[in-house]
Amino acid sequence: MSANALLAIENLSVSFGHGEKARRVVEGLSFDVFPGECVAVVGESGSGKSVTAFSVLGLTGFNGGTIDTGAIRFKRRDGSVVNLAKAEERMMRTIRGDEIAMVFQEPMTALNPVFTVGEQIAEVLRQHRDMDRQTANAKALDLITRVHISDPARRFTQYPHELSGGMRQRVVIAMALACSPRLLIADEPTTALDVTIQAQVLDLMRDLAREEGMALLFITHDMGVVAEMADRVVVMHKGRKVEEQGVEKLFAQPRENYTRALLSAVPKLGSMAGTAGPLAFGADPRTAKPAPAAHEPLLEVKNLSTWFPIHKGLLKRHAGDVKAVDDVSFTIGRGETLSLVGESGSGKSTTGRSILRLAKPHAGEVLLEGQDVLKLDRDAMRAKRRDMQIVFQDPYAALDPRIDAFDQIVEPLVIHGVEKGSALRDRAVELVRRVGLEAEHLDRYPHEFSGGQRQRLCIARALSLSPKLIIADEAVSALDVSIQAQVVNLLIELQQELGLSYLFISHDMGVVERTSHRVAVMRHGKIVETGTRAQIFEAPKHDYTKALIAAVPVADATRGRSRSAGVRKLLPA
Amino acid sequence: MTELTASLAPTLAAGRRGKPSLIATLWSRANLFTRINLSVFALILILATLAQWIAPFDPDAQKLLARLKPPMGFAGANTTNILGTDQLGRDLLSRTLYGLQLTMAIALIGSLISLVLGVTLGVIAGYARGWFGGLIMAVVDIQLAIPFTLIALVVIAVFGNSLPVLIVTIGLAGWETYARIVRAQVLATARMPFVEAAVAAGAKHDRILLKHILPNIVTPIIVVWTMTFSALILVESSLSFLGLGVQPPTATLGSMVGLGRDYLASSAWIALVPAIAIMFVSLQVLLIGDWLRDALDIRLK
Repeated sequence: MSANALLAIENLSVSFGHGEKARRVVEGLSFDVFPGECVAVVGESGSGKSVTAFSVLGLTGFNGGTIDTGAIRFKRRDGSVVNLAKAEERMMRTIRGDEIAMVFQEPMTALNPVFTVGEQIAEVLRQHRDMDRQTANAKALDLITRVHISDPARRFTQYPHELSGGMRQRVVIAMALACSPRLLIADEPTTALDVTIQAQVLDLMRDLAREEGMALLFITHDMGVVAEMADRVVVMHKGRKVEEQGVEKLFAQPRENYTRALLSAVPKLGSMAGTAGPLAFGADPRTAKPAPAAHEPLLEVKNLSTWFPIHKGLLKRHAGDVKAVDDVSFTIGRGETLSLVGESGSGKSTTGRSILRLAKPHAGEVLLEGQDVLKLDRDAMRAKRRDMQIVFQDPYAALDPRIDAFDQIVEPLVIHGVEKGSALRDRAVELVRRVGLEAEHLDRYPHEFSGGQRQRLCIARALSLSPKLIIADEAVSALDVSIQAQVVNLLIELQQELGLSYLFISHDMGVVERTSHRVAVMRHGKIVETGTRAQIFEAPKHDYTKALIAAVPVADATRGRSRSAGVRKLLPA
Repeated sequence: MTELTASLAPTLAAGRRGKPSLIATLWSRANLFTRINLSVFALILILATLAQWIAPFDPDAQKLLARLKPPMGFAGANTTNILGTDQLGRDLLSRTLYGLQLTMAIALIGSLISLVLGVTLGVIAGYARGWFGGLIMAVVDIQLAIPFTLIALVVIAVFGNSLPVLIVTIGLAGWETYARIVRAQVLATARMPFVEAAVAAGAKHDRILLKHILPNIVTPIIVVWTMTFSALILVESSLSFLGLGVQPPTATLGSMVGLGRDYLASSAWIALVPAIAIMFVSLQVLLIGDWLRDALDIRLK
């Protein structure tokens, strides 16, 4: 450990399970964190980055893990150096929350639902600082003000469920800051938040860290967030450190192949300027094709509204409606991708579901090749479903766990009686090969596949009926970035080959820029702006579109840091 | 039992493609303890089924000269009655075998009646929802609020006391547990994206229910079934004890315990022998159910 490091992880190995089932998740990891610096640990799922964070706090045991070898040396306030890997639980309790604090991914589960947020912040102070109730409450109120929560006195007395996700994460940060820790560990602190909120929370964390002289250990999968926050970056893959670099050097000249592959898979906002159409990752921009010109659109959505009634009281009186989709109109041409972007709750998924009649629209028309699908009777609708399919976000929930891959993929064919017997098998083999899997995968069950493979199966299922339109509802959002790039490439390839149209629903501006011909921006159930990809990304008109684009963390260390002021101006907290 | 067969379909299908059959697969997944459990339970089933042929005596034959004989190995035991005799000199081994048969038959048929009734109504309540679903759940709440013995008294008073009436009554005792659990599971499963994907592919309700929803909720159903099976053995016992069950001298495990209660201080074996049998069978079923839940779960393979 170098003399002035605050935290030194030395040759750390962590495994889960015992005996034969033991699995190494962190292997020989070493790096230092110096006072006041932000070190980002970045990696895909299963890289061991979160386990590392938990090990520092001595929480590995809670998840069934054990530290096999190595030391985690931490310099305490009084100047003594302790090895957290071997520290006693009693000593850890005095360090946790006081000298090392943590911010988790999901603020709702990190807060106790039955106490007000004020009480929870004050509790930390009373525990570690031995304050009386009044002093603690006053300090808690002060902290709530410091994390820029509006109307702090009222928020103090509110419960976690009464706050928005962004505000909840601010409360968690306030709790972490209560004792002015020397090290703050943040495990994917903004992953569950909308992009505009994420920008604000990142700003807040950076400002506070600077004011407090606090070191940040930032765990994330998002290269954009890394570019924005980190001074130094540790790239992890399968439990090992791949590369450690200063942030600008890492983005400019990555040393290792893995880092290079990771960086090339990250959609960089603005990198598509001047290309004619969707472009696969790694492809030559000149090969991008604009959507084929057609006289008639494939899908026309006119004044679509989907409202969910709110019922109140014992008699379930109709008290109003949530206007999830409110007077939305757009068209999609043949072979064209229209992306529907927006933050959570904007109604973009409900729009997709309404088109497929998985949600019941309240008014409007959905014309597929000129025919209104909302007016079809049950049997006609069933037949019409052959032309429109959907791919969902969560590949784990989208496949029936009790049915093997073969039966999943061919189910639509069986339902419509398209193929039988060996022809069915042939078609299934053709489909899995088309999405990049092998024939032998057909006999396996969903739990035997990885997330990316599952999503390929979902795409194969959607393709089985040779539909004209596929609605991809956040279809790549749950995937690791390298897998995401592969699935995006697959979708683009399929479009060029089969002339498919996509309604691509996503919150991720970077992916949308890569996949779209045209983009529609949704907010509060309405479309605020529609335009070609170039119009939306290069010359956005609506303030919300501008804010949305400005808020995206850019995976480029030289560009990332200058833009946050702009976001704050566009979107007051 | 369509739900059960449906749940096994993937495993059966696996067999069709050259993988081991369901029973072999299940057996191979069992550890030693479970294998012993399964073997013992199979033995109990065989003994109960063959009671008519293997029981050494007529279960109802009284031998007043050999009253209150303790089981073999205790002072005063005779050599012919292995588990001793009761207050009327009836052979306890024979009565236990016959009692086991009748009790298990009642519990088995009763629990199947409640399973079919409860699962059907639960599925309707969870899948179709609407006013009819609300009505079903209201009936569930009402039944939970009324003591079951009271319902049994009314039913038996109206329809008279016979074995079929008793079985149906007992069957009514457990359905609401199924209905509640199945409804909750159906509600949750029907919202899963894989069900929506089937809807989006144009699947009809029967396909969605039989192929996607029921197979995914069969696990809790099996667990509840093993619990109701054990509980119904006890329901039968309490009804017999109150004189509402099977009429004497016919032996059931419950009525034997009931009769033995008066002799608990002096001749404890009269109650203990059937009581141990009840405990043993209930425990076996619960353990097997617990194991089946894991073994049938394709995700835990």
